Amino acid sequence: MPPVEIPTEKWSGQVHQVTLGSNGRKSVTVGGETTLPYLHFDGSIPNKTAVAVEIQDMAPADWSPSLLSAWGDAVNDPAAWAKKAVEYGAEVLLLSLKSAHPDEGNTGVAEAKAVTDKVLSAVDIPLIVLGPGVADKDNEVLPAVSETARGQRIAIGNCEEKNYRTVVAVCIADGHVAIPCSPVDLNLAKQLNILLTDAGLPLDAILMDPTTGALGYGLEYTYSVMERLRLAGLGGDKMTSMPFINNVGEDVWKQKEAKVAQGLPESWGDLKQRAIVWEEITATTLLQAGSNLLVLRHPSSVEKVAAAIAKLMG
Amino acid sequence: MALTGVQIYKFLPKTNCKECGFPTCLSFAMKLAQRSTELSACPYVSDEAKQNLEAASKPPIRLITVGTGKKKIEVGNEVVLFRHEKTFVHQTGIVYRIKDSDADPVAKAKEAASYTIERVGIDMSIDGIAVQNDSGDAAKFAKCAADIKAAVDVALILISSDTAALKAALEVIGDDKPLIYAATVDNAEAMIELAKEYSCPLAIYGNGLEEVAGLTEQATKAGLEDLVIDPATRGYCDSLTALTQLRRLAIKKSFSLLGYPVITFPGEGAESADDEAMLAGMHIAKYSSIIVLDNFLPAIVYPLLTTRLNIYTDPQKPIQMAAGVYPLGEPTPDSCLCVTTNFSLTYFSIAGELESSGFPSWLLVCDTEGLSVLTAWAAGKFEAERIAKAIKDFKVADSISHKKIILPGGVSILKGELEDELPDWEILIGPREAMAIGSYLKQNWS
Repeated sequence: MPPVEIPTEKWSGQVHQVTLGSNGRKSVTVGGETTLPYLHFDGSIPNKTAVAVEIQDMAPADWSPSLLSAWGDAVNDPAAWAKKAVEYGAEVLLLSLKSAHPDEGNTGVAEAKAVTDKVLSAVDIPLIVLGPGVADKDNEVLPAVSETARGQRIAIGNCEEKNYRTVVAVCIADGHVAIPCSPVDLNLAKQLNILLTDAGLPLDAILMDPTTGALGYGLEYTYSVMERLRLAGLGGDKMTSMPFINNVGEDVWKQKEAKVAQGLPESWGDLKQRAIVWEEITATTLLQAGSNLLVLRHPSSVEKVAAAIAKLMG
Repeated sequence: MALTGVQIYKFLPKTNCKECGFPTCLSFAMKLAQRSTELSACPYVSDEAKQNLEAASKPPIRLITVGTGKKKIEVGNEVVLFRHEKTFVHQTGIVYRIKDSDADPVAKAKEAASYTIERVGIDMSIDGIAVQNDSGDAAKFAKCAADIKAAVDVALILISSDTAALKAALEVIGDDKPLIYAATVDNAEAMIELAKEYSCPLAIYGNGLEEVAGLTEQATKAGLEDLVIDPATRGYCDSLTALTQLRRLAIKKSFSLLGYPVITFPGEGAESADDEAMLAGMHIAKYSSIIVLDNFLPAIVYPLLTTRLNIYTDPQKPIQMAAGVYPLGEPTPDSCLCVTTNFSLTYFSIAGELESSGFPSWLLVCDTEGLSVLTAWAAGKFEAERIAKAIKDFKVADSISHKKIILPGGVSILKGELEDELPDWEILIGPREAMAIGSYLKQNWS
C-alpha cells in the first residue's frame, strides 16, 4: 500500500475558553480548541459545543403550532418552562426578555429582575439573558439583570455599537460574559471585540454572535463569516478568537418552512418533521463552521443535535 | 498545489524564442502557473518536461461523470478548502438507494426521481438512484436495474459485491454509464475489468486512506481514470476526518492517488431519518461529492437540497430574484406596497416578515443586479428613477387602488427624489430592519 502522509495544520492561535455559571451554579465551558471544528487529528478540542434552549418571559404569541405544542402550558410560566427545558436536555438556558420590547409590553427593570430571579432559582444550569434588542430598553433592563445575577456568571446580550458600554460596564462589575452581535460582517465583529476589550472586558468574557441566518435564509453567509473569523483567530488574531454563539431557533422558527402547513406543495413534506429538521440542519451545519453554543427551541432538535455533537467528540 | 511559475520554468527550454507568444520562457511559465495558457503553445518542450508538467497541472480532484442524460452527475474539480476562498464548484450529487429486494423498487425510484421543489426561482431535485443487489440474484438485479432505468432519467449507481450480478446489470444498462460500486481488496481485479469493459466510472472502497490509495493505484495502472472513492467511514467523527484529510491531500499536496471525488453513505451511520439528514448536511458542507440516502422523505430532502444550494452558491455571485411585483399573503388593492431590491436574501428577509406581519402586502422588487438595499444604493443601483421606472414597467397601478409606497428606512434619503419622480404619490419611510415591518404596519397602516 502506498504511504499516505496526512497533512495536519499547526495553528498559532486558539479559541478563547469561556465559562458560564459559577458559585454553586453548574458551569459549562466552551471554546479552547486549537484547531478547526471537530478535527481531533489536528489539535485539541477540550470542550464540545454546548446546547442551550430558549425560553421567553411571556408566552409567545406567534410561534409555530408545532413548536408551541412541544412545550404545552409551560410557556405561561418562565420557571416551569426553564425546568422543562432542563428535562429536555438543555445544558444552558437562554431567557429572552421579549416583554421589555416597547411593542410587547414595555416592561421595565422590576419585571426583568423578577423574572431573572425566578429562572435562576428554578434551575441550576447556566443562564444567558437577552434584552429586547432596542438600545435604550436594553440599557434600562440589562443592568438590573446583571446586578441580580451578580456572581452567577451569566451571559448578557446583545451588545452592539449603541449599547456596548452599558453592557460591558455591568459585565465587568458583576462578573458576567458579554455577547457582542455583528451583522454577518467580519470587520464589524472584530471591531466590536476590540471596543469591548479596550473597555476592560477580559478575553474570556466574550461570546461572539455573528447573526445567524437560517437554512435557506442566509445560512451560508453566517457559515462563511464564521469560517473566516475562526481561521483568522487560529492564525493568531486574538480579536477574532472568541467562541461563537448562534441563536438558531430564533431565525429558523420565523420562517415559512417552520410555520406553515396549509397551502403548500406536497414537495414541502410534513410540517412538523420539516420544521424540526430545518432547525437541526441549520444547527449542525453551523457546527462545521465553529459554533460553540447553539440556541435551539424545539425539544426534538435539542435531543438530536446534542447526540450529533456527542458523536463529533469521537 | 499547482507548480509556481519558477518551478515550471525549470522544465522549459529557456531559449526565449517567443514562439509561444510570450517574450520570455519565464513569462510563459508564469502564465502557465495561472492556467491562462497551454503547455502545447511551446513547440520545444521535452517529453520528460511534458510528463512532469502535465502531472502537476492535473486538477487536484478528477472530474467524474456518472450517467449520460441531461441529469448526469458531474463531480470533482474542486480547488479550495473553504467556499469563501473562491467557491465550491460541482454540487454534491444526491442519490437515493433502493434494494432489488424491495417491494416496489420502480415506484420508489419514480417517486424519488420525479421529486422537485422550487427555491429562489431554481428547481431542485435529486440526481440519482442507487440500485443495490440485496437479493443475491443476478437476473433479478439486472431486471430491477433495467426497469428503473426505463422509468427514470437520473444517473444510476449499481451496488453489488458480486461481479456476475454487476455484469448482468451492465449488459442491460451499461450504456447509461452508471457508477459501479465498488472495488475492494477482495475483488479489485474483476471490478476493474468490468469498469474497463463497459467504460463506466468505478467506486473504490478501502479501509483507511492507504488501502484506498493502493486500490486506486491498481486501477490507474490498469488504465482506469474515472474513479470515485469511499474511505469506509460511516460515523460523524470518522467521516469528517476522512473527508477533510482527502480534500487537504488533494488541494495542498496534489496527492493524485486520492485525487478523486468521494462518495458517502450518511444513512449507514445514522440512528434515524433526522440523524441521516444531519450527517448528510455535514457531508454536503464538508467535501462529499456524492451522498447516498436511505430515507426519502420530502420533509428531509427539501432541507438537504436547500443546504446544498446554500453551500454551493458562489459567494461572488449571490442569487437574485426576478424583478417584479410579488403578492404576499393574498393582498387586495387596498393592501400596502413596499419596495426592495432583488438580492435574494433581501427579498426573503422582507417577504418573510411581511408574510408573518398579518398584513397582506405587495412587494415591488427592483433589479439591482443582486445587491442588497444599502449596497445597491451606495453603488447607485437603487435610486428614485429606478423605482419609478419599476412602478411603471410592472404596472403596479393595476394592482393597487392607492398611491402610497413604503421605502426601506435605510434609504429614507431617497424620499425627496422619489417625490419628484412620482408627484402624485405619497412616499412613506419604513423601518431600517425588515424585522420591524410588522410593528411599523401596526402603527402606520390601518
